[in-house]
Amino acid sequence: MMTVATAAPSATLNNNNAPVLSVQNLSKEFGGLKAVYNFNLELAEHSLIGLIGPNGAGKTTVFNMITGIYVPTTGSIKLYGEEISNLEPHKINHLGIARTFQNIRLFSNLTVLDNVRIAYHTHAGYSLYDSILRSKKYSTRERELTEKAQDFLEVFRLEDRQTEIAKNLPYGEQRRLEIARALAANPKLLLLDEPAAGMNPAETVDLMNLIHFIRDKFNLTILLIEHQMRVVMGICEGITVMDFGEVIARGTPKDIQSNPRVIEAYLGPGAAALSEKFKRKKNQ
Amino acid sequence: MKKIQRGTLIFGIGIIVVFVAIQLLVQFKILNSFWFTIIRLGAVMAIVSLGLNLIYGFNGQFSLGQWAFYAIGAYASADATYRWTQLHSALGILVLLFAVVLSGLGILLIGRWISRIRGMDALSQFALYLIAIALLTWMALLVAKTLDAPVTALLNAIPPNISLQIVFFLSIILAGLIAAEVSFLFGLPVLTLGSDYFGIATLGLTIIVKVLLDNSDTMLGFPEMKGARGMIGIPKITTWFWVFSFLVLAIVITRNLLLSSYGRAIISVREDEVAAKAMGIDIAFYKNLTFVIGSFFAGAAGALYAHINGFLHPNTFNFIKSFDPLIIVVFGGLGSVTGTVAASFAWALVLEGFLRLWLPQGFETWRFVVYPLLLLIMMLLKPNGLLGSYEIAYLRDHIPSLRKKDKAQIQPPSTYPTAATDAQEVKS
Repeated sequence: MMTVATAAPSATLNNNNAPVLSVQNLSKEFGGLKAVYNFNLELAEHSLIGLIGPNGAGKTTVFNMITGIYVPTTGSIKLYGEEISNLEPHKINHLGIARTFQNIRLFSNLTVLDNVRIAYHTHAGYSLYDSILRSKKYSTRERELTEKAQDFLEVFRLEDRQTEIAKNLPYGEQRRLEIARALAANPKLLLLDEPAAGMNPAETVDLMNLIHFIRDKFNLTILLIEHQMRVVMGICEGITVMDFGEVIARGTPKDIQSNPRVIEAYLGPGAAALSEKFKRKKNQ
Repeated sequence: MKKIQRGTLIFGIGIIVVFVAIQLLVQFKILNSFWFTIIRLGAVMAIVSLGLNLIYGFNGQFSLGQWAFYAIGAYASADATYRWTQLHSALGILVLLFAVVLSGLGILLIGRWISRIRGMDALSQFALYLIAIALLTWMALLVAKTLDAPVTALLNAIPPNISLQIVFFLSIILAGLIAAEVSFLFGLPVLTLGSDYFGIATLGLTIIVKVLLDNSDTMLGFPEMKGARGMIGIPKITTWFWVFSFLVLAIVITRNLLLSSYGRAIISVREDEVAAKAMGIDIAFYKNLTFVIGSFFAGAAGALYAHINGFLHPNTFNFIKSFDPLIIVVFGGLGSVTGTVAASFAWALVLEGFLRLWLPQGFETWRFVVYPLLLLIMMLLKPNGLLGSYEIAYLRDHIPSLRKKDKAQIQPPSTYPTAATDAQEVKS
């Protein structure tokens, strides 16, 4: 489909009627494999939704389609009512979707500060000529940008690490840095792919606080994939469960916990009946 | 009004001292012509390698094509100055000028038009650009032919020394630009390949260019280039001033580029393409940009090289030699500007200089045994290269320390809900 880009995010962002993200009938096939089939999702402004499911359910594929890394086979993805499914990843980022990755993907040989400053690139506000000729515009904008990045690091308690090489940071801080970098691009929608993977309980709690905090501070809508039920049940307002590329359940954390289909998806067929039996026994 | 950084000051003084010192040594004939050639060669290699370091070291695209652009630059500028000095015609430089300017404008216009159309694949873009450039070059030829007589007369009116320098200077810049335009065209379809495949494709380009130069008198229709016999009669006018100023220019441009938002975007492509894309960086654009800038350096360096010895032979541009800048870049440290410049001079001095003198008569070819051995030892002892990622102060990024600011504006981390209460919340 060849449509002319009419990217005017500021105009569309004020449109309060449209949901932040609306995904309809999204499918992705890799050869004969249906990685995602008929996926639907709607995110209201300022919501925090979890996407869970067993390994290989297609969660990350959904993320990759929303961020433009994969082109969906069919279906539509709308950001504030505007179709984005055929855009390139960097353009989708400019429209206000940022993400983190399952396996941390920092710019590992660069400093912590530069990792954040790269995210400001689109808003740098000076041209190539400015940078080569070192114009006045360059120096003022560059200083502003650096200060903004430093402020950002302070929010994430990384300000003392600004000159450190990213790969030398401890794991928890790398995760935080990745979230900081994603937020520096000033997104409206943040996608977190297993943010708590590999974290110890204390770090996990810390992360949960952080997610809550940034949502309020930056007025974000957050969609997160997570395997640690503690995180999902603890902070998500709504949960969508996927299995074999399809949505099998939706609801509040409480509903999901007792949903037989979800239990079966995680623990195998018959597990729901067993757990029901177990519960009854316990109650007797 | 603005305080000059100490690093910049030292760098400025340093280049003046080096320039004056070498100039004096040459002036008083303390440095004989052999060593003088080697030093100029070192500077030329430094410019080529800086370009390659941008492409490979900073942008992560493994390229063996640097030598092809070096060859294009060398022959393009040599042809222009040859025509001026030997044939007394400004046609060469005029064709070059109009071809470069018109193609450049064409590329800019088409680029702007294409950016508005989504979903055009690289090959159709390539075809479009190619047709446009072919047409524009043909137009340039016509324009240049009509302007040949008046411009030649005009240049003849000024003293021959000055007019030659004007033609030479223009030819260096235009050689760089023509290499840049060729690299843009070539990079368009090829840069979409993964890094290793890109390396192979660029190797192909180097071989193509070499073969074309071998047959430049017959296939390309430039009898003065004399094909595989080698081009002679190019004025030897690359002075220390010219190479040194272009080297300094290359260093400053590289530094200013790298220490900006654009430079960070270039480096992010090397670090992680997927993450860069997700951070809003148009990786295709930055790959192309770096490739074009790197090739510009190669082309300009080629022009300088052509006027050192006054002789060009296609064998100089053999693909085997295309590994030289690669080796220099790896040896000096991938992603280190200082290392690249140092390694270039070391390469010229050791390989072309000392080893040639020290090895006994008849053993000169042994330098190609000694030099790979040195390289092997180097890779075993210091795999990051001579200087690793070290940079002199001028080339380093100066990160300002944190400002003192009122904590109310940005929420300090201490106001997070405390971990303990939240943990209980989760449990319940």
